[in-house]
Amino acid sequence: MLSGTIFGLAFMQRAFLAALVIGLAAPAIGTYLVQRRLALMGDGLGHVALTGVGLGLITKTSPVWGAVVVAVAGAAAVELIRERAKASGDVALAMLFYGGLAGGSMLISLSGGNANLNSYLFGSILSTSDGDLWAIAALAVGVLVVTLGLRRALFAVCQDEEFARVAGLPVRSLNLLMAVTTAVTVTVGMRVVGVLMVSALMVVPVAAAQQLTRAFAATMGAAMAIGVGAALSGVTLSYYADTPPGASIVLIAIGVFLLASIGAGLLRRGRGRSAAARARRAPGGPGAPGAPDGAAVSDPRPQPPAATASSLPQ
Amino acid sequence: MARGASDITAPAVAVHEVTVTLGGRPILHGVDTTVGRGETVALLGANGSGKSTLVKTIVGLYPVESGRIELFGTPLPSFRAWQRVGYVPQRTTAAAGVPATVGEVVSSGLLTPRGWAVRRGRSDRGAVREALATVGMLDRIGDPVAALSGGQQQRVLIARALARRPDLLIMDEPMAGVDLVSQQAFADALAGLAEHGTTILLVLHELGPLAKLIDRTVVLRAGTVLYDGTPVEHGEEDPAHGHERPGHDHVHPHDTPSEAPGTPECPPGPTPVETLKAATTQATTWKESPAC
Repeated sequence: MLSGTIFGLAFMQRAFLAALVIGLAAPAIGTYLVQRRLALMGDGLGHVALTGVGLGLITKTSPVWGAVVVAVAGAAAVELIRERAKASGDVALAMLFYGGLAGGSMLISLSGGNANLNSYLFGSILSTSDGDLWAIAALAVGVLVVTLGLRRALFAVCQDEEFARVAGLPVRSLNLLMAVTTAVTVTVGMRVVGVLMVSALMVVPVAAAQQLTRAFAATMGAAMAIGVGAALSGVTLSYYADTPPGASIVLIAIGVFLLASIGAGLLRRGRGRSAAARARRAPGGPGAPGAPDGAAVSDPRPQPPAATASSLPQ
Repeated sequence: MARGASDITAPAVAVHEVTVTLGGRPILHGVDTTVGRGETVALLGANGSGKSTLVKTIVGLYPVESGRIELFGTPLPSFRAWQRVGYVPQRTTAAAGVPATVGEVVSSGLLTPRGWAVRRGRSDRGAVREALATVGMLDRIGDPVAALSGGQQQRVLIARALARRPDLLIMDEPMAGVDLVSQQAFADALAGLAEHGTTILLVLHELGPLAKLIDRTVVLRAGTVLYDGTPVEHGEEDPAHGHERPGHDHVHPHDTPSEAPGTPECPPGPTPVETLKAATTQATTWKESPAC
C-alpha cells in the first residue's frame, strides 16, 4: 500500500505530525484574528520571528526558541502600539515588521554556517528533527489550550472589545494573551510553511470555512478541519510530486477556499428567491442576504423609504 | 418625582462635578447628575454635546479627569460589580469578521468579572433565551447576526446586555438606525424592564416613541448640563418649557390626536437618523412644532 510506504519513513512521520499540529493550531488562533479584523497580524509577527531565528543561530542556541522569545516580545510591542498610538500605529507596525525581517536576514547571514534563510522563509518540513517536533508539539498544545479553553472570553473580546471591558473582563490581559498565542503559532508554523506563509494557514482556512458556516463555533471547527486537511494533503502532494511542502499546503487551502465560495454562491442563489420574497413582505428587513460582513444590511439608508411608505396609510 | 429615588439611599449612578478631557480637548465640564434606583433617564443633546462621552465615562471606558462617579454608592475606580451593569454600546452592526449566531453574541453578555472562564450551563442558556424573548428575537436565536436588519442587530445587542440580568442598563443611542418594527419592540421591552425595577439610562437624539417611558431627561450642551428634570422633547431649544409645567408627566399629552397625518417629515435635526425617526414616531411627538 502506498500510504504504508510514506508512513513508514521516519522523516515523513515527523512531517505529518508537524503538519497535523500546525493545521490545528493556526486556524484556531486565526479565527479570532479574522474576527477582530487583524488577519495580517500573523504575517507581521512572522517577520519579527525571523530576527529570533537569527539570534538563535548566531548565539548557537535553538532557532525555534529564539523565534518564540523574539516573536512574543514583538507581539507585546504590537499590542502596546495598537492600544496607545491610534493615528501613527500602522507606521510603527511597519517599522517593527520590516525591521524584524531585515534584522533576521542580516543575523542569519552573519551566523555563517550552513543555515539556509529560505528554509525559514518558506519552511522545511521534511528536515524536521525530533527535537523540533517536540518543541512544535508542546507549543501547539499551548495554543490549543488557550484558543479552545478561553473561547468564550476571547470571542467576547474579539466581537466587541468595548462591551467586554464594561462586562468586567480582563481585556488587556486577554489581548496580550492573544498576541502571544499568535506569536507562538507563528513559530510553530515556521518549520512547516515558513514565516512568510504561516499567516496563510491562520487566515485562509477561516475564510474558506465562513463561506459555508453561520456560527462562530462551527467556523472555528471547520477551519481547523480544513487546516488539517490542507496541511496533510500538502505534505503528501509534496512527497509524490516533489513540490515545496509549504507552497503546496497554502495552495491547497486556497483551492478549498475557492471551492467553498463557489459552493456558497450556488447555495445563495438557490435561497435568494425565497429571501427576496420574505424581504418584500417585511419592510426594513434584511437586504442582500449575500453580504457576509453585515455592511449592507446595517446601512440605515435603505430603510427610510420603507418607513415613509408605512407611515402613509394612516 | 422619580419613583425609586426615595426608597434606597445610594442612587444607581451619581455623577459629581465630572470633567473629562480626551486627546487634550475638554469634553465635559463639571457635569452633575444622578440616576435614582428604578428610574428611567434619557440623556439628550446635540451631536458633540458630550452625551456619549458622559455615558462612556460612567461605565469606565474614559478616564475621569476631576470629579467623582459612583455606581450603586461605590466610587468608580473601586467598583467591581460589573455583573450588575448591562451596557449597550453605540454600534451600527453586531457582526464581526467571522459569522456568529444571535445566540452566540447574546451568550457573550453572560461573562462577568468572575465568570469569564467558566463553562456555559443550563441556567445560562435559559438567561440567553429569556433575554432574546424580551426583545422579541427568540425565533432568530440560530440565525447569523449579519443577516439581520440594523434594528434587529440593535435588539440583539440589547439582549446581550440583558442576559446578565442587570440592575442598571446603560444604552448609547440604542435607537440609531432602528426600523419601525424594532422601535416598537424596543419600547415594549424597555417598558417591561422598567416595570421590574431595572434602572435605565439611555442616550437618545430625541424621546420619540419612548417618551411615555422616560421619568426624567438630562440635556447636555457643550459638555455641561443644560436641563435636568421632567421630560422635554427639545430641551435645547426651549429649556424653560419643562420648568413651567412641573406637574406634567411629559410634553406629549394624550389628548393630541395621535392619528394626525401629514406631519411625518418634520426635520428636528440634521442627522439622517432623525428623518427615519420623524417618519416613524407618531404625530404625538410633534406637538411643539406643528407648523413644519
